[in-house]
Amino acid sequence: MQSNEIFINSVRFIILVMFQILILNHINFLGFVNPYIYVLFILLYPINGNKSLLIFVSFLLGLSIDIFGDSVGIHAAASVFIAFIRPFILKFSFGVSYEYNMIKINKAPPVAKMVYVITMVFLHHFVLFVLEIFSLSHIILILKSTLLSGIFSVLLIVCTLLLFSRKS
Amino acid sequence: MRQIIFFFIRNKNFLLFVFLFLFSVGLTIRTHSFHKSAFVNSSNYVSGTIYSVKNDIVGYFGLRKEIKKLVDENTALRTKIDLNKSSSIPPLDSSVAFSKYTYATAEVINNNYAGSKNYLTINKGSRDSLHIDLGVISSKGIVGIINNVSRKYATVQSILNTKSQINSKLKNSQHFGSLVWNTKDPNVVQLIDIPRLAKIAVGDTVVTGGMSTIFPKGILIGAIKNFTLEEDENYFQVDVQLFNDMTDLKNVYIIENNDADEIKILEKQMKDAEQ
Repeated sequence: MQSNEIFINSVRFIILVMFQILILNHINFLGFVNPYIYVLFILLYPINGNKSLLIFVSFLLGLSIDIFGDSVGIHAAASVFIAFIRPFILKFSFGVSYEYNMIKINKAPPVAKMVYVITMVFLHHFVLFVLEIFSLSHIILILKSTLLSGIFSVLLIVCTLLLFSRKS
Repeated sequence: MRQIIFFFIRNKNFLLFVFLFLFSVGLTIRTHSFHKSAFVNSSNYVSGTIYSVKNDIVGYFGLRKEIKKLVDENTALRTKIDLNKSSSIPPLDSSVAFSKYTYATAEVINNNYAGSKNYLTINKGSRDSLHIDLGVISSKGIVGIINNVSRKYATVQSILNTKSQINSKLKNSQHFGSLVWNTKDPNVVQLIDIPRLAKIAVGDTVVTGGMSTIFPKGILIGAIKNFTLEEDENYFQVDVQLFNDMTDLKNVYIIENNDADEIKILEKQMKDAEQ
């Protein structure tokens, strides 16, 4: 990674954590639906970046959300999980070619981009709510929370991507 | 040996993932099974500071409502004093009768109610002589129990937490049960273990039972919303509508039972003697 990318990613990390803990954690739409936009950091991490570093930084990202939300460990686990499976999801949504021609996520075809965002967000939310609720007898509640929060997060993430995409 | 090293290098991402994932899940499980939360909580210095800065900015927006709440409470307390004065019973010596509990105030700087295990953060800590296991109430009713303190901040395990179990009873009888939460609605909690011979009706008031060293007897909780009794069961399932709006908390009171240590020591002696 170049120093430019390191800088952009650090700033993005801090802004997303602040935005999440100060604003989004208090939305509580319908009483329990919160969007988790900080996943965007893992989504936008450079494709050719160091994978071990991504896993470690995702852990720190999740842990900071946990510290502020008093939710010990669940965000960290969910973030580490999607950071680890990100290469597989990338291959699944953009095809094998992503490894060779270094596509930019912003310039990818919209359908592939949507598949990528939706898969990542829903996997993250599923792991998150399984760990939070922590009982299989509440599987309906887990699925309902995943679905509602997931839709909310995907909407916000897509809006953010559109808002900050650079026109070439 | 070389094979092992190569194995580690080849699978370093996977091993790192497994290590960090198990570490986080371990933290989660630890808090599921232990009463006390782990070291990862929002009463630490960094998050406490960030939350209180936010509170300094946002706090002004709710001032009108907060003032109204305080005035209402003052009115209620004044009426109580007048009632006491006009009754023929001689007033108790308040320095003797009420010295069992001491009260302190604090402000809520972070409030969660959307998850299944909710915590609040307040802006007082060990330097204001707070410690673990003190009760927290608002002017309208019960809020939770302190479960972590740092120097300037403390976290409160809300009653909206599946780990909370608070001894409570019906106001008009002595039947008591436990207050738990089924995570569905932040304004409705459940009262379990009320025996079937208790007479209950929709609208009855539920108060704290005073059987623990944390809350005094008779702190308001809520009113019975509805109840069910299965034919072959001995206990009611009661839904309680909270008086307190848990989604809108600002000024809270912290209750300390001055006799808590004495009671705990006594109970411990009894337990030790039995063994």
